[in-house]
Amino acid sequence: MRRFAPRAVLLGLAAPVGALVFAVLVCAVVLAATGHSLFDTIDAMVTAAQRPRTFVNSLNSATQYYLAAIAVAIGFRMKLFNIGVDGQYRLAAMLSAALAGATWMEGLPSVLRITMTIVAAMLVGAAWAGVAALLKVTRGISEVISTIMLNAIATYLVSYLLNPARLAEERPGSNNIGTRPITEGGQVGGIPVSGSSSDLFGLVFLAAAVGFAYWFVLSRTRFGFELKATGLSESAAVASGISVKKMVLLSMLLSGAVAGLVGLPQLLGSSHEYSLDFPPGIGFIGIAVALLGRNHPIGMALAAVLWGLLDNSANALDLAGVPREIVGIMQGVIVLSVVIAYELVRRYRVRTEQREVGKALGSTRDPAADGPKDDNREEASA
Amino acid sequence: MRRMRGTRLAAAALALGLGLAACGGSSDSGDAGSGSTGDGAQLKVGLAYDIGGRGDQSFNDSAARGIDRAKQEFGLDIKELEAGAGESEAIKEDRLRQLAEGGYTTVIAVGYAYATSLAKVAPDYTDVQFALVDSEDATGDNIANIVFAEEQGSFLVGVAAALKSTTDKVGFIGGVNTPLIQKFEVGFTAGVKQVKPDAEVQVKYLTEPPDFTGFNDPAKGETAANGMFDAGVDIVYAAAGGSGNGVFKAAKAKGKLGIGVDSDQYNLPGLAEVKDVILTSMIKKVDVGVYDFISSVKDGEFAKGVKVYDLEQGGVDYATSGGKVDDIKAQLDDFKKQIVDGTIKVPAQK
Repeated sequence: MRRFAPRAVLLGLAAPVGALVFAVLVCAVVLAATGHSLFDTIDAMVTAAQRPRTFVNSLNSATQYYLAAIAVAIGFRMKLFNIGVDGQYRLAAMLSAALAGATWMEGLPSVLRITMTIVAAMLVGAAWAGVAALLKVTRGISEVISTIMLNAIATYLVSYLLNPARLAEERPGSNNIGTRPITEGGQVGGIPVSGSSSDLFGLVFLAAAVGFAYWFVLSRTRFGFELKATGLSESAAVASGISVKKMVLLSMLLSGAVAGLVGLPQLLGSSHEYSLDFPPGIGFIGIAVALLGRNHPIGMALAAVLWGLLDNSANALDLAGVPREIVGIMQGVIVLSVVIAYELVRRYRVRTEQREVGKALGSTRDPAADGPKDDNREEASA
Repeated sequence: MRRMRGTRLAAAALALGLGLAACGGSSDSGDAGSGSTGDGAQLKVGLAYDIGGRGDQSFNDSAARGIDRAKQEFGLDIKELEAGAGESEAIKEDRLRQLAEGGYTTVIAVGYAYATSLAKVAPDYTDVQFALVDSEDATGDNIANIVFAEEQGSFLVGVAAALKSTTDKVGFIGGVNTPLIQKFEVGFTAGVKQVKPDAEVQVKYLTEPPDFTGFNDPAKGETAANGMFDAGVDIVYAAAGGSGNGVFKAAKAKGKLGIGVDSDQYNLPGLAEVKDVILTSMIKKVDVGVYDFISSVKDGEFAKGVKVYDLEQGGVDYATSGGKVDDIKAQLDDFKKQIVDGTIKVPAQK
């Protein structure tokens, strides 16, 4: 058990803040090299963030990024890498959109309709992730490979289903194609914000609830303990009677179920249909946000908001004459440097801790010279 | 170190993904809005491009040509913004709003991807005149829809392909399987069957939405074209944006022919090496649509609603550069006339 110490908190913050500062520096160099002013860029971003509409849009984006990050983080805690969040949420959004938009649903009370949509999305996401989980526990296939492949299969499955002969609606003359729009009873209303043309997604509360559940299950239940234990050391978990196969299956199913929710804030709060312009790629953003937020429920929330702000300020940059691509550069550098920064901070912490132990035991030798390679390197407990 | 492996892999994969996404856009907005020495009463025009923006050698560039011509003639104050890969509807909407709020009284949304967002934005800015290219889905008192009869132009190049094919097998390669590109396919197939009812048309789409890389992946185009050529096809129509380059490369290597799209691709400097295999191109004059729209606004004659640029209007056509269709030009022009006067009705949907 680690004591709560101010230095531990400082060290915990050092990595993400350091990475952020480093990313800003890299962007400053890129901007200077291409003849743009850093201050104009910062000015444009700050102005953008203060505009109510941009702020609301950022939070809306963050809601989805956060859900995706939690889906990824559940796998990460088990040392499972669910790259398939992307395919899972797209397939789930498409099928639940078809269900929610179906005519027979219109007679049902709103609460029931929305609940059914949410449950359907979770089931689809879990089922799609379950395919990878089954392959892993029965055939030993790496979930990294199978989920990447399942992403591609999901893409083709969605295209196959998104056809007027199947789940899509006939729209003569249109260059878009989508499921039948969800009528008002099946939608989740937004929260109006003064000065903003877009509402805050009502399902932001769903994301918050999922975040709370993630924290609770992982740190307050036996299941969460077993999950973390399996992630830390599989052999130790087996030795203490945990069925690793069962844990792999369960955590992948949970990860998939949360992934299924990713598309819902957009679907039920704004799009009201799954069509060709439904935003793809949120699953990959979720990986970045989970890395940046260190799998921590609060950390990931902050990372998601940062990501959302960056994404939604790109237009303002474009308008100010700064290439919007700078946002992509910044995000890429943040992810890369945050991984390096965490490793540096970890080594520093191990070294100082060992030095303290050495001091306490009366030895003056610097143990860092031995190159510590112990297994005690998971610091991000919730 | 096992614990860190997943993390590192994730970081590497992400960096790669983000890097690729960033490569997608080549920004060239440096000179926008600064070049003119107007009289102060300049028309302020805002453009929202689709992914790729100015410099994509394809659809967006065609719109850019239209705006450049208009700028030269009328001296406009232009602001150009472009879309990012995989962005949300809200970001598209925000882009249009920023232009409208920035005092741009004429706003052109390039690409059907803006249909939903424009439908939401337009009613809030009644003093702004909007144009939407390639879509009729957003309508309103201040929206003009610029759409093209791609199936008619495709029909003509289909006729050309059928007349020129010696194996009676021709191919169609679509960039991304969307309703818009299906219009090209349907028109092309109808054109082929009009001349040779027994000819075979092989169809292949490079990617399925939401994967839109099929419009900008020459390697995929080359692989698909090689497959068709190996199966006996001798002419391939590439309605695939930048991926068409790969199709022409394959045709050149195998001594076959390709048909271009959107621009008169025989004359594109970027395709000079393979231009001798370009039989013809289906020209879609987005530039004319954009220019006409600005011109109408300039003259105070904004007209809401759909304006179809078809064969009759000269909005779509086949290209004669290179002289490969000179011998069948009379037949092509005859079909063109029949389409214009309505004798032949070209289907637009499967």
